[in-house]
Amino acid sequence: MTDLALAKATASPARRFSPALPGIGLLLVVAYGILPLVANEYLFDAILTPFLALALAGLGLNILTGYAGQVSLGSSAFMAVGAYAAYNLALRLPGVPFMIDILLAGVVAAAVGLLFGLPSLRLRGFYLAVSTLAAQFFVQWVFNKVGWFSNNSPSGIVSVPTLSVVGITLDSSAGRYLFALTVVTAVTLAVWRLVESPTGRALVALRDHETAARVIGIPVLRVKLLAFAVSSFIIGVAGVLWAFAYLRTVEPAGFNLDRSFQILFIVIIGGLASLRGAFLGAALIVVFPLLLARLGEALLGGLFDSGVLEMSQRIVLGLLIVTFLITEPAGLTALLDRAWNRIAGRFRRTGLPITG
Amino acid sequence: MEWQFFTEVLVGGLLSGVMYSLVAIGFVLIYKTSGVLNFAQGALLLFAALTFVSLTERGLPVWAAILLTLAAMTGIGAMIERAVLRPLVNQPPITLFMATLGVSYVVEGAAQLLWGTQVHGLDLGIDDLPLEIGGVLVSSFDLFAAAVAGAMVAALTLFFRYTRIGLGFRAVADDQLAALAVGLSLDRIWTAVWTAAGMVALVAGLLWGARLGVQFSLSLVVLKALPVLVLGGFDSIAGAIVGGLIVGAVEKLAEVYVGPFVGGGIEGWIAYVAALGFLLIRPSGLFGAKLVERV
Amino acid sequence: MPRPNSRTLSVKAALLGALLGTAALLPGAAQADEQYFPLQSYRVGPYAAGGTGFFGGFIDYLTLVNNRDGGVNGVKLTWDECETQYEVERGVECYKRQKNRPGVAAWNPLSVGIAYAMIDDVGRDRVPLITVNHGRTDSTDGRVFKYVFPLLLNPYSESSGIVNYIGAREGGLETLKGKKIVVLYHGSPYGKETIPIYQLLAEKYGFSVEQVEVPHPGNEQQSQWLSIRRTKPDYVVLRGWGVMNPVALKTAQKVGFPADRIIGNVWSNSEEDVIPAGDAAKGYTAITTQASGAEYPVLQEITKTVYGAGKGNLDDKKRIGSVYHNLGIVNGILNVEAVRIAQEKFGKRTLTGDEVRWGFEHLRLDPKRVEALGAKGLFHSINVSVANHEGEGRVTFQQWDGAKWKVVSDWIAPDWALLRPIIERSSLAYAAEHGIQVRDPAAEEASN
Repeated sequence: MTDLALAKATASPARRFSPALPGIGLLLVVAYGILPLVANEYLFDAILTPFLALALAGLGLNILTGYAGQVSLGSSAFMAVGAYAAYNLALRLPGVPFMIDILLAGVVAAAVGLLFGLPSLRLRGFYLAVSTLAAQFFVQWVFNKVGWFSNNSPSGIVSVPTLSVVGITLDSSAGRYLFALTVVTAVTLAVWRLVESPTGRALVALRDHETAARVIGIPVLRVKLLAFAVSSFIIGVAGVLWAFAYLRTVEPAGFNLDRSFQILFIVIIGGLASLRGAFLGAALIVVFPLLLARLGEALLGGLFDSGVLEMSQRIVLGLLIVTFLITEPAGLTALLDRAWNRIAGRFRRTGLPITG
Repeated sequence: MEWQFFTEVLVGGLLSGVMYSLVAIGFVLIYKTSGVLNFAQGALLLFAALTFVSLTERGLPVWAAILLTLAAMTGIGAMIERAVLRPLVNQPPITLFMATLGVSYVVEGAAQLLWGTQVHGLDLGIDDLPLEIGGVLVSSFDLFAAAVAGAMVAALTLFFRYTRIGLGFRAVADDQLAALAVGLSLDRIWTAVWTAAGMVALVAGLLWGARLGVQFSLSLVVLKALPVLVLGGFDSIAGAIVGGLIVGAVEKLAEVYVGPFVGGGIEGWIAYVAALGFLLIRPSGLFGAKLVERV
Repeated sequence: MPRPNSRTLSVKAALLGALLGTAALLPGAAQADEQYFPLQSYRVGPYAAGGTGFFGGFIDYLTLVNNRDGGVNGVKLTWDECETQYEVERGVECYKRQKNRPGVAAWNPLSVGIAYAMIDDVGRDRVPLITVNHGRTDSTDGRVFKYVFPLLLNPYSESSGIVNYIGAREGGLETLKGKKIVVLYHGSPYGKETIPIYQLLAEKYGFSVEQVEVPHPGNEQQSQWLSIRRTKPDYVVLRGWGVMNPVALKTAQKVGFPADRIIGNVWSNSEEDVIPAGDAAKGYTAITTQASGAEYPVLQEITKTVYGAGKGNLDDKKRIGSVYHNLGIVNGILNVEAVRIAQEKFGKRTLTGDEVRWGFEHLRLDPKRVEALGAKGLFHSINVSVANHEGEGRVTFQQWDGAKWKVVSDWIAPDWALLRPIIERSSLAYAAEHGIQVRDPAAEEASN
């Protein structure tokens, strides 16, 4: 077996498309100014809010997998830790503002992530990946077993308290969306700063060649654990959004292995080691199955029953994932970059001025 | 009698472990040649069992159903190899892994589209009556399963040791480039490996299907095989056997003797934790290749 | 330099645009006199067997009412399905989409997780949420959970019904003293839910109880059953789910525990639970709120007119009269009757969700009415009120003979009086936590 440098193929392309700040500004204007005016409850609750939560989880995993090159199959366990921590903080420390609860929930998730990151000091590749499943199953078991975490609710499923920040109740779909948007924006900016910092470069060095990283004086062990902690923090916060802004209930079964795979798909399909990747991947993973379902229903609904349609969709989804991985293994980000470069190239040939 | 009960649990665990090994061997075969952790193994197992049951339910004799299923499995294996793994050959392992996840969606969907989502019973004609040997309870079905597993491993070993293709397989597993350089046909070897993996999936599918019924949950048995792989090494058939035995025994003993103190139900994760603990001492598993980098 | 976030939302907006475009293809507004049942069904995934049976039965009954009577007093019943695969977030997506169609009568997700995620929403949208045979136990208290109906049987009543049956079989509840019962439960919130109730019942009747967890999905139970073999209990209560059930029966056979001493709960009582276990399931007995079999007049009618005309929902006609199919039919009867009762008060037209809720709160079907509906022997009766959203459903027990279920008990009543205080404690705590005004049933009945 050769070296399992799991994320090697995705060294950042030299040219990225689009100017940064105007683009982000425009997006934020759309997200804050226009969407809340035009979107309906369905868009908020079924698409935008889960998209934001999953994108954030993808962002967190991307730190670990994309930047630091460590594969984890236990992401949803850390979402669960974040969700349950926030629930218990809100329940047991009623005086504390919810924004603090979120941060603390992230810290708890980070601590748990650190613990389960310890094996990474000895293990690599699939051995590490499979051992993160220990976190996946253990965490689910604990939340199921220990009644305290769900306030001894008889059924073990808890309804979370209403979201309210600085005295404003964010009960409506739009309110919960804006809350999630704000959290995601803040975390994304912080992550951006991080990956541009020397620490971020240390992560990449670690991924590309661990021994070389050690030679140039990077404290490999510390950086690895840091990656686990930061990643788990972000995924924990994503779990809080999932529970409080999106579903408004928490149950252990919601954070199962399938969810972990889903987050991994987001990262791989979106593009490793790219902040945009998490958002692109989440958009695809959230919206595409819905589109497929609606399309199947509209075109073939009369001919087949919903079971047959659903199975066919599963096949189509699987085929698309495989096709996508084959044709664009570097992810949606690379696809967009190439498209942009082609457009930019054409402009260059025609002598028009280009920006960015 | 305390020691009797202990022995019962231990033997039961070891025999369950054989069932885990059966699934794990399918992973090992593919991993050895292609370096892929083939997550679709569970879906293949489901497909094999479902196809076999549906064919026999439609009145086909057992031998014909087995042959047809085996042919189908080989076809699917060859297709996966051609259409998915080969185009991805230089991609990082994680991409390959995700691709097999995608494949598992396709295979699961196809299996259920073809044969329906209904639950089937599968009777192999082995009565699972309690059998006492020296006061210790042993399951006759589990003994049968262990015998089948043993025969299969023996067959695989003979195949890899004494046939041309088998030797070629070992050469490819050792060094793909060198194998190519001496003119081995990768195509034939890969086809042979996928046929073998399909056969393993069929055997495991039938034995597990007889225990669980043939239904969607059959694909979940891969979760039992993963800690076995970690423990035994991804690329060792012997490791899969020994790993399976250890995982089975540890799981059952822990559930019975540790479980009551923490509320029970620990089987789901204890194998992973045990495998993890073991790995911290030996990072490439019991029999895994030592090429895994250590920090 | 990486640009976080850039262009992401515009791409997303494009996708959303496409989605909205497709959504526009959906059927538009309902016709004037239609009552719509949104079905969050699951026909794929690990629990497909239950989903196809239940939703198949539900649809079959709605079809029957449309074909035979032209709907309920001329109001046509409509429905569409949205696949959830039993996953909560898919269920939520379905809810948000399906609720936009007018004339929603009631929601019937047949999934505890999805039901929990909908509790807030149905309160705000004022539409009833039906969780027949399952659901949140404390939602039995309609004073707090105005829109939630765990019809016929909640998990607590189920436990009490099982203990009452064991008592009856042993020759009276007093004979339970000194008996030993093991509860084998699925390692999930669902499985754990009745732990305190069995404890309570054990104290009350003087039997000893040991509750043993089987981790999800339950495809390995060697150690649990070896322990059971050592404990030698008088009965094992199987609180399983999916693949755990046949494996339990098979492993019981393996360790020599007799199947007729295993009593299954409502999620362990279907054909799909026993058929994979083969001979090991012979003699196994399980609780149910609705008997199986196709001999009841309503099923005869469905077989003749619906399946006869090729409009039946089940692919496999052999499943007509199976446990899940009959549960779907009973659920259909309850929903349709609630609409009918509400129509008597509010008029024979498309009702609002809140009006249908009133219908459910006055859903009283005595054995005579049940017989008139062609369901004598299929289920016993129901008696819902503002305070009691469960409706005092009776249970019966069926034994598997290797080919079909056979009823082996009378209609048994759970000990509701014993359970009510525990339910109220929990529901009132929920009301306090969520700032819900507890309703006064007497005042509401008077004002109606």
